Amino acid sequence: MTENTKKNDGIHHLSIKEDMTIYNAQTLKDTLLGQCHAGTRELHLDLSGVTELDSAGLQLLLLLKTEARERGFSLRLLRHSEAVIEVFELLKLGMYFGDPIVIPATWKKS
Amino acid sequence: MSDINPALETFAQEVEELLTAMEEALLGLDSNPDDSEAINSIFRAMHTIKGSSGLFGFDDVVAFTHEVETVLDQVRNNERAIDPELIAVLLACKDHTAQIIQHVLFNEALSLPEDLQQLGQALISQLTGSAESVASADDLPATQAEPADHFEVDSNTTDSSDNWVISLAFKANALRNGMDPLSFIRYLQTLGKISEVIVSLPPLIRLEDINPEDCYLNFKIAFNSNTDKKTIENVFEFAEDDCDIHILPPNSRQEHYLQLLANLPEDQFKRLGEMLIDIGALTDKEVSHILDEQRAAEQTDVKPMGEMLVEQNLLQQPVIEQALLKQEAVKQRINKESNYIRVDAAKLGYLINLVGELVISGAAMRLMVDKHGLSDVDDVASTMGDLVEDIRDTALQLRMVQIGETFTRFQRVVHDVSKELGKQIQLQITGGEAELDKTVVEKINDPLTHLVRNSLDHGIETPEQRLQAGKPEKGTIQLNAYHDSGRIVIQISDDGRGLDPDKIVAKALAKGLIKADQTLSKSEIYNLIFEPGLSTKEEASNLSGRGVGMDVVKRNIEALRGSVAVDSEVGVGTIVTIHLPLTLAIIDGFMVEAQQERYIIPLSMVEECVEMGSEEWLIDEVQHYVNLRGQVLPYLRLGDFFHNNKKHTQTKRESLVVVRFGEAKAGFVVDELHGENQTVIKPLGQLFENLNGIGGATVLGSGDVALILDVQGLIQHAKKRVGANLALTATL
Repeated sequence: MTENTKKNDGIHHLSIKEDMTIYNAQTLKDTLLGQCHAGTRELHLDLSGVTELDSAGLQLLLLLKTEARERGFSLRLLRHSEAVIEVFELLKLGMYFGDPIVIPATWKKS
Repeated sequence: MSDINPALETFAQEVEELLTAMEEALLGLDSNPDDSEAINSIFRAMHTIKGSSGLFGFDDVVAFTHEVETVLDQVRNNERAIDPELIAVLLACKDHTAQIIQHVLFNEALSLPEDLQQLGQALISQLTGSAESVASADDLPATQAEPADHFEVDSNTTDSSDNWVISLAFKANALRNGMDPLSFIRYLQTLGKISEVIVSLPPLIRLEDINPEDCYLNFKIAFNSNTDKKTIENVFEFAEDDCDIHILPPNSRQEHYLQLLANLPEDQFKRLGEMLIDIGALTDKEVSHILDEQRAAEQTDVKPMGEMLVEQNLLQQPVIEQALLKQEAVKQRINKESNYIRVDAAKLGYLINLVGELVISGAAMRLMVDKHGLSDVDDVASTMGDLVEDIRDTALQLRMVQIGETFTRFQRVVHDVSKELGKQIQLQITGGEAELDKTVVEKINDPLTHLVRNSLDHGIETPEQRLQAGKPEKGTIQLNAYHDSGRIVIQISDDGRGLDPDKIVAKALAKGLIKADQTLSKSEIYNLIFEPGLSTKEEASNLSGRGVGMDVVKRNIEALRGSVAVDSEVGVGTIVTIHLPLTLAIIDGFMVEAQQERYIIPLSMVEECVEMGSEEWLIDEVQHYVNLRGQVLPYLRLGDFFHNNKKHTQTKRESLVVVRFGEAKAGFVVDELHGENQTVIKPLGQLFENLNGIGGATVLGSGDVALILDVQGLIQHAKKRVGANLALTATL
């Protein structure tokens, strides 16, 4: 389930409200690919609703980052969920995506 | 190291033989408890093992066998009865001795493990009935060296920069198969710290092209952990089908591996993969994987394993290089060792026998060729004759070894023992290049050890005593060997205190070996030391002095058809001389004829041949000697000697063959000289074993049998006659 808000200045906002796993990888891919077109200047991806992120989801995010670089738009990841932060921590990916990560005070691992 | 190993090997063999003999004797005692010979043999086994172990510094063995020996000594002197219980305990002691010797042989530096020590003590208390006398075993420190452990890591490996590098390349199906690379990496975290991860995707791949259910991820993980490669590999065990895993050890591990490689035993040739698995640098899986790849590769570009390992980031170059060097070293060592083949002596004996037959049939063929005048066969026959001769020489060479190696073993013995006894002793070796039959060398080793030990212990005095006696502080023991008329002479001499005839006589009287009114010559007195149970030393030591040994020495030497004699002077030294036959199966002989019978004299013993003109040579038929250029020479008329009942018919001119054995000389009067002959010695069989003057027989090319003369015996015989007759004339 994704919620898509399109703005006129070419800034797309996308909230992902489901797990990013192999089970929905195909639909996720299509959704994400749908955001990558000539009119896109910025893609904001709200990850707060992602309760699970596995390798399939991760590689989609990585490929999306590549895609953005290739197409010349910027990808912003926003409001990382705990599951996302955990994976980014594990693989030290925070630097790669370059987005500020807000660690919520209530996070169990803090 | 290398000069001790053969000695240790001999020691191990000797011990095995002794223990086997001991077991047999013990089992024999079960049914026949009064067999004193069996008790002696058990005692000797323990005594000899104790002595030899002492020489090698195996204190544990000495401590244990000493206790057993003491009990056996009591049994021998009838102070303790032998019963089934004691036999059982002694059998257990025998097994225990074998065990501790095994232990000390393979773990020379380590002390006995706890359980062996306890077992030893239990046995000793069973033997002696008390537990006090085992203090010697308790004294030994119970430190145990830790065996090398692959899993142990030096403290410096926890350096922060020091990481395993784990490369994971997942295959497309990994995700569909339920593998989540992330979960493996999460698990990896429990084993150590992940310091760096590089996540990579295949280049030029675009979001639109992918199948989102395929896995495209590759990971490179810098991982800091003290765990070993195997454990890390196990983390990815379930993924191995769906993932290429490469684990490169950290640099500090590398040093660790190098060290392990250096410590790897060199006794066995191992393949590179096996070595690397042994030290934990590679895992079984990695090696089998590499080997599969190697096999799958095209024939033309098969790369060596080491190269592949470096290429695939499984191991660093230096480790591989070191492993290859080590492998080479082991290979060379093994090659060196395998230059020698151990051959069953029986097989060699059979070969020599066959060669003997070949020599005989060669001679027979020669005879036929000459008889029929086949000139065209002549060439072939002579070529074959040469070959047969070469084969004979080579076959005999196979069994000949230099005695030097046996001698040099004593260097170490002398060194160690002199230290132990607080004496200064040097060993001089001469004539080490003298060769003799291998079987003789093996059998002479024990007697020699006894004799050297005796010289060390009894012969040479302490430095103070030596200085007092006006001798150099440092004592000398000399081992000498030389060939003398087809025999080998081995001399063991020392410049020690010498044998005291009075002491020997006193001791022999006490033991009832001689009677008080007997008068003995000097050499007869010295020969008493070869009697069982005679020792002039008051106290028994680790080395010698229990009165066993010299009798065994004599028996062993006589079993080789040799002889032993001792000469000594009080304060000057002792010299023991051993004569041994070379026991050649084939010798160069000199063939003579007397009374239509052919005889062979070993050529090496023939001094000269002279034409026998009775007028010129002044044969004294009554006193049985000839005057050889002014020398009195005892003689034997071979024809008369071997054909006592036949009347001597002097048909032709006779010849005199002068033979020599050691210092003794004699002349054999024969009818005809036939010259040199290749002689294959055939034993005469039991029936004729004790024949006087005959040492064997040989088959001639013609099929006739010729007897080989026992020159030593015949000279004795000739001399006796002269002596008797001269004595007779003197009384007249």
